[in-house]
Order: sequence, then structure tokens, then C-alpha cells
Amino acid sequence: MIEVLYFAWVRERIGLPRERVETRAATPAELVAELSAREARYAAAFADLAALRVAIDQELAEWDTPLAGAREVAFFPPMTGG
Amino acid sequence: MAVRVQAAPFDLGQETAAFAAAAAGAGAIVTFTGVVRDEGGRLARMEIEHYPGMTERAIAAIEAEAAARWSLTASLVIHRHGAMAPGEHIMMVATAAPHRADAFAAAEFLMDYLKSRAPFWKKEIGAGGGAAWVAARAEDEAALARWQADRRA
Repeated sequence: MIEVLYFAWVRERIGLPRERVETRAATPAELVAELSAREARYAAAFADLAALRVAIDQELAEWDTPLAGAREVAFFPPMTGG
Repeated sequence: MAVRVQAAPFDLGQETAAFAAAAAGAGAIVTFTGVVRDEGGRLARMEIEHYPGMTERAIAAIEAEAAARWSLTASLVIHRHGAMAPGEHIMMVATAAPHRADAFAAAEFLMDYLKSRAPFWKKEIGAGGGAAWVAARAEDEAALARWQADRRA
């Protein structure tokens, strides 16, 4: 089980801020593919990975970073702080 | 090196005075304050979402990098989340150093990194009620690339 978090318009499109997901995905890219296959709202949110960022256990990661041992994965658009 | 992420407004004068008092001995103090623009009356308010936990970690890492690059005696980042009206202060950065060049450069570095590497997302709520997430700008990424090039030089 992994805690999956969504922020900003990703959260709005999927319709929830977080959920526990049972997965064997080895990377964020695989997890996105699993989620996108579930329902159209996930596919819509993850349609363009170039427009998204991913963090594993609160550190920015890549789409092919191993998920092994991760407790928390977050998907969000590029950040707009400051 | 201090980080505060909060919904509540902060008092710019009080924060600056407290920072300056604690940084006694520094020859230079630079502060920057980000303010909600009114966009010519188009904007009713700004809403800022963040990633609790990661936000504090990311800002602390950015401050540590600034401290490693420049001779700083202190730094402070305050960043708000939640709803803010035009004119409200969103965030502030303060740096203290023996000389002004380090204080200015570190403050600019902190701002450039906070914009694109701290997990905040801004949403603008228009006067007419429409809402839109603020898109990241290519210039903001370019600003980071400049610091990365500096490190290689």
C-alpha cells in the first residue's frame, strides 16, 4: 500500500486530495499508467506527464525513479511559489 | 536559518526588526516581500495550496544550499498559504551577511528557488468569480538554470 497525494488542478481533476493505493508499480510512470486505466478522471489528470511533477516521500523525483520502499507519492503541476 | 509556513498574515516591520536584532553583527541585511497584485482590479483574491511536510523540507534544503554558497550569518523564509486579498503580503525572505553582495545574491537565489522548487500552487480568483491556476513560467526555470551554471563555473 502506498499513500498517493494530488495537488492543485491534479487534485481537482481526480476529485480527491489523497488515497491509499494497492499497487506493484515499480516507478511513478507505472503507477500513473495503473491509475489512468482505472477511470477517465485519472486519465484526464495524467494525460500530459510533461505538465506534471512527481515527489516520492516528499522529495522531487523522476518518472522512472524506483518506488521500492516508498510510503508516499505525490503528483502535482509545476510549482508556483514566491 | 529559519522557515515558517503559515496561513496567518505576518507583520513585515516586526519580522524585519526581529530578524535584524537577532542578526546583530552582520554588516548587511536584505529583505524581499512578495505581494498579491490586484491585476488592475481583475483579481478578487489569491489562494495558495501547499504540500505540508514537503514544503518545510524543500525550503530548509534551499536555505541550506544558500548558506553553503554565500557567507550568511542568518536567513529567514516566511511563506503563507490559504486565501489572500490583493495587497496582502504572501511571503518574505531575509538574509544577513557580513557584506551586501552576499546578502543580495542569497536573497535572489532563495526567491528563484522558492518560485519553482517549493511545493506551492497559486490560484487566482477573478473579480467576476472565475478561477484559474497560475501556470509556471519558462523564465522562472531559466532563472534556476543561471544558478546551476554558476555552480559549474
